[in-house]
Amino acid sequence: MTTFATPSSTTAPASTETSVAQTWGLVARFANPAELMHAAEAVRKAGYRYWDCHSPFPVHGIDHAMGISRTILPVVVFGAGAAGCTLGFLLQSFTNSYDFSIWAMVWVTGYPFLISGKPLLSFPAFVPVMFELTILLSALTTAFGMLAFNQLPELYHPLLKHPGFGRATDDRFFISIEARDPQFLRSKTGEFLKSLGASSVEVVES
Amino acid sequence: MSASSSMQGNTVPASGMDNTIESPGQRAPLVLGTGDFHTVTNQVCRVTEHPSVPMAWYVAFGVSLMLLGALGIAVNYLIFTGVGVWGLNNPVMWAFDITNFVFWVGIGHAGTLISAILFLFRQKWRTGINRFAEAMTIFAVICAGIFPGIHVGRVWFAYWLFPIPNQMEMWPQFRSPLLWDVFAVSTYFTVSLVFWYIGLIPDLATLRDRAKGTIQQFAYGLFALGWRGSARHWHRYEVAYLLLAALATPLVLSVHSVVSFDFAVSQLPGWHTTIFPPYFVAGAIFSGFAMVVTLAVPARELFGLKDLITMRHLDNMNKVILVTGCMVGYAYSMEFFIAWYSGAPYEQFTFINRAFGQYWWAYWIMVSCNVITPQLFWFKKVRTSIPAMFVLSLFVNVGMWFERYVIIVSSLANDFLPTSWDEFIPTWVDIATMLGAFGLFGVLFLLFCRYLPMIAIAEVKSVMPEANPHWEGYAKGHAHHGGAHHGHGGASAGSQPAFQDPRPGQP
Repeated sequence: MTTFATPSSTTAPASTETSVAQTWGLVARFANPAELMHAAEAVRKAGYRYWDCHSPFPVHGIDHAMGISRTILPVVVFGAGAAGCTLGFLLQSFTNSYDFSIWAMVWVTGYPFLISGKPLLSFPAFVPVMFELTILLSALTTAFGMLAFNQLPELYHPLLKHPGFGRATDDRFFISIEARDPQFLRSKTGEFLKSLGASSVEVVES
Repeated sequence: MSASSSMQGNTVPASGMDNTIESPGQRAPLVLGTGDFHTVTNQVCRVTEHPSVPMAWYVAFGVSLMLLGALGIAVNYLIFTGVGVWGLNNPVMWAFDITNFVFWVGIGHAGTLISAILFLFRQKWRTGINRFAEAMTIFAVICAGIFPGIHVGRVWFAYWLFPIPNQMEMWPQFRSPLLWDVFAVSTYFTVSLVFWYIGLIPDLATLRDRAKGTIQQFAYGLFALGWRGSARHWHRYEVAYLLLAALATPLVLSVHSVVSFDFAVSQLPGWHTTIFPPYFVAGAIFSGFAMVVTLAVPARELFGLKDLITMRHLDNMNKVILVTGCMVGYAYSMEFFIAWYSGAPYEQFTFINRAFGQYWWAYWIMVSCNVITPQLFWFKKVRTSIPAMFVLSLFVNVGMWFERYVIIVSSLANDFLPTSWDEFIPTWVDIATMLGAFGLFGVLFLLFCRYLPMIAIAEVKSVMPEANPHWEGYAKGHAHHGGAHHGHGGASAGSQPAFQDPRPGQP
């Protein structure tokens, strides 16, 4: 909220503790993607853990600069696709080829259809629906998996309250460092962000 | 773009400049009139934020609403009376209903092609048009979905299409292409909707952060899901977007293939053809791109988006129309060749009858609109002329509707037995339903234009040269977006509109 002012070096650790209790972290503004990326590299090298970059579009190479490890989302999606394919085959072969009963919320029985002399288990005819269910489950898992890994929806967040941060979805570039980071010290971290070329460093209240 | 401006690397491409010129070694700019992210945000958001819209929007909305009313009347009359109110007869049991269904599903395909296939091919120009092309896909599939739903006659049993346990202990017949179609189209709709929404999240966050009214803040905020541009989020977001594109690509090719199976798997001459799946897919992309041009031309004029949907975008789309039009023309001639080459008399009769029989006029409308007039796109003057491309895109829309009409009706009307031949004559209900679907599409599309970002703001920004952290302008210490100055010094700076930040108290 308040513009970061260089605190005196006599700040006692006790008062830092109390300020940390009300402080969510610091947010520093950078001029453009290039400066954001250089600063991100420096923050990673300084050993911070709970920090993030904010930009209106994905900055190419920022994940490498920040040291973000690759998401496991594709593995999860592959599993979902395989499940969809299997489900498609089981659904069709059960409903069209066999007459035993299974429990699926209610007791249901298969119904062997004999159509134009085609075999009861006519695998080629089942391929389109298996394909569609593979895609359907994979796509839904991709979308909801991405949101889940990102912990979205998160309609309340201290940063969203912070005035000026709204431009992060427009044309501005920010680095935020959270107060819960073991290395976080309001004065030291603020100075550090300033030294990386931030045009402003502000305290975000929780 | 002159060589000197490219070497400087920080000169803004002038608003309205001709970016269709191919210059080896240089990338044509895709965003004109600005080198500034904030200007792009303003250009897109002012459409939704402005308290009023152009009068043409109200006129179009009024006309669409009236057509939607006609659809409501026609569909209700059909449901309360029965499918006999349509002009169907024996043997023509499918006519306008399935023609409209295939037409609308086909329209949708261009949206997915632009959003998924062009994404995989790294065609950066897609970012200017993908958002509203995807919206077009969703609304077109909604229009398409009406027709199979109402043509079953007893609409209240439409749930029989899905494998739901029931007291009759019966299941759908999965060996039927009609059921493949149910799965293909519903999957297509779901995946398109998810893809579109995932793309919308960052832009909804932009609208949320700019919104001044409480209702807008709440509505955009709710659907933006708390997006805050986090790089950790962007990382998973980009992976998810790539995965969705990779999943949607085979899906879009499969959907119209499955639609074509509705015909190709049957025994009817004129339908029983192995060329149908690729022929239908090419036709779908052809008609869809024509619809994108039909919608993009007025939209960029009305809402002042000419610097984002540039002439280069339109030129590229017209090239796609030309290519797919030639593919469709090839398919038409190959159908004739195979009819002759197969030696099957029924097949030969069907195709001669198509061109010279009772539906000759529909056939020749189809050939002129789909094969002959798009050849004008060989000329760059035509490809870059707004009136010419608008008229030609309308021709393609008409031609592709008639293609489906010819395939369905002319094949059914004159089948194996001359004693059962008949002619299909549409009733007013047929025509009201067909026009009404355009009304539904128009209402949905116009509401989308008014309340949602018509252009993918975040994606457009990411293809600007300034988005690259290694852009040469930054190496020179050219602080591009920091501070209050918006001017860029170059000769074109004077042509930029002076946008003011609408929010008070911003540094």
